[in-house]
Amino acid sequence: MITRLILSDRGSRWLFAVLIAAAVLVPVGNLLVPAGSPLHIPTYTVTLLGKYLCYALLALSVDLIWGYCGILSLGHGAFFALGGYCMGMYLMRQIGGRGVYGNAELPDFMVFLNWQELPWYWYGFDMFPFAMLMVLLVPGLLAFVFGALAFRSRVNGVYLSIITQALTYALMLAFFRNEMGFGGNNGLTDFKDILGFSLQADGTRVALFLASCLALGLGYLACRYLVTSRFGRVIVAIRDAESRARFVGYRVERYKMWLFTFSAVLAGIAGALYVPQVGIINPGEFAPLNSIEVVVWVAVGGRGTLFGPVLGAMAVNYAKTYFTAALPEVWLYALGLLFVLVTVLLPQGIVGLLGRLRLRRRTSETTAATAEAP
Amino acid sequence: MNVLDHNEEFARAATAVPDTSHRGILYLEDISVSFDGFKALNELNLYVDDGELRCIIGPNGAGKTTMMDVITGKTKPDSGSAFFGQTLDLLRLDEPAIAAAGIGRKFQKPTVFEPLTVFENLELAMSGDKGVWASLRAKLSGEQRSRIDEVLEIIGLKHERSRRAGLLSHGQKQWLEIGMLLMQDPRLLLVDEPVAGMTPQETERTAELLTSLAGKHSVVVVEHDMAFVRSIARKVTVLHQGSVLAEGSMDEIQNNPKVVEVYLGDEH
Repeated sequence: MITRLILSDRGSRWLFAVLIAAAVLVPVGNLLVPAGSPLHIPTYTVTLLGKYLCYALLALSVDLIWGYCGILSLGHGAFFALGGYCMGMYLMRQIGGRGVYGNAELPDFMVFLNWQELPWYWYGFDMFPFAMLMVLLVPGLLAFVFGALAFRSRVNGVYLSIITQALTYALMLAFFRNEMGFGGNNGLTDFKDILGFSLQADGTRVALFLASCLALGLGYLACRYLVTSRFGRVIVAIRDAESRARFVGYRVERYKMWLFTFSAVLAGIAGALYVPQVGIINPGEFAPLNSIEVVVWVAVGGRGTLFGPVLGAMAVNYAKTYFTAALPEVWLYALGLLFVLVTVLLPQGIVGLLGRLRLRRRTSETTAATAEAP
Repeated sequence: MNVLDHNEEFARAATAVPDTSHRGILYLEDISVSFDGFKALNELNLYVDDGELRCIIGPNGAGKTTMMDVITGKTKPDSGSAFFGQTLDLLRLDEPAIAAAGIGRKFQKPTVFEPLTVFENLELAMSGDKGVWASLRAKLSGEQRSRIDEVLEIIGLKHERSRRAGLLSHGQKQWLEIGMLLMQDPRLLLVDEPVAGMTPQETERTAELLTSLAGKHSVVVVEHDMAFVRSIARKVTVLHQGSVLAEGSMDEIQNNPKVVEVYLGDEH
């Protein structure tokens, strides 16, 4: 099973080597190496890396449906944000009486709005296991219902993309409203601690980083299992010849619906890990532009390979961090240019480029060998 | 969302074996289909016996492909009835349920799953549980492997088993598609223009293949190539403007003045 999931695939071997190395070196560099040493990893960097890991998991979830089944979702940010809000609600309840208004029951923004009691949909979020269950259920259920409606009506291609975009936009508008009870414009923030550990402490930051490593690793394994099973071959068949798959006897709608749901759950988990690391969740996360950016990561990395999108998410976000600090006004142009260049020159992304380079090296080696041979 | 319940019901109905106690495997009666006022099928009646090899000919636009669409559940007719055996009402089933009931279809343009290997193409087509959970856990048994090998032998692609289907020649893709039909183990095969674009040798092999299938399976072939039809057909049905113009042996058909007028006319 390990051979099938990791060892048989070059990209997977690399990914796990790097992930395990990071999971060992980053905590050591942050907690054990003294602050003055050049080998010390600042907490800022730990959190930044943790954030990238969450993005990578999100990219993985988009690649699973887009790269393998041809479903281009331009609204996956919605599932990410919903997972984030579920985590945010738990963290909000953890603040308890330490808020500005000192109300043990109600979060600050509710006191500010003169609400007298907690809305029913906030019940249970003071319990960590319940909140984590919701992290899985809320995005999963939305995706299931959405998928049932869209795929059963055989909505495909561009039309589906537009509907997913509309979905995330509608959610953004809804979450902006104060009456929704999710903090409106400001969202949820000022978190204090998680499971009793302070969110500001280095140890908690490292633990969240490790949790993100673990989530990405397990998410990756689950995706590998899917795409190497017969299920994976069926979704590729659906991608390339949908009606043929139907006449062979596969219920295309069900395959798409379950795949979409699973992908949304992965995105939700990514969002839930993201929120405690960045310390805020607001309706801006539902912005259509965010979801489109995810698609760019996947395209840059190389869709249809699970390893590519992880690489793409890391590379593009590193570039983003760098550019927005060094040349803030250039970033959006750089992103646009990157997407155009990748689409035109590298249809298979970075992974495709690496493959081509390797092939070229191998052929030049063989030609050199045959030239020497006679 | 009672669509879901309906599908379940269809799926259960579809696991039933078609009742062919009256020799017939396919009954189409008074089927009419129109697209924007154009009558693609006009009160079409067609009966196919169990184990028969039937050829359907007709000029372009006669309704051959539409008829296949109706049988396989892709198009719902405006009126009429379609039964598979005595009891299975095809109009109440969707495409996967019809496939599960035992009707396989080969398209006019060869459509195989191009990124997958020849072997994987046959594996996906294999009859069995095609549900989501089943395919997550699916493992090939030795028996299933030898079944795939057997079909690879029949379609002559034994040495191409690990090749990507997208890399096969046109004729090989056609055979792979027929192989996929065989893996489905259908009672009735619908084959749309199997020899279009084939070399004479390939055409000859295809003719042998289809004739050898009749008996165990019922086969309905739609074809333009008259020489090919002559070489395989025992009974021919001529479609014209959405209904049956004539039916009989190739000789009867060729001497039927109506047929000569609308179809064979240009050949004579």
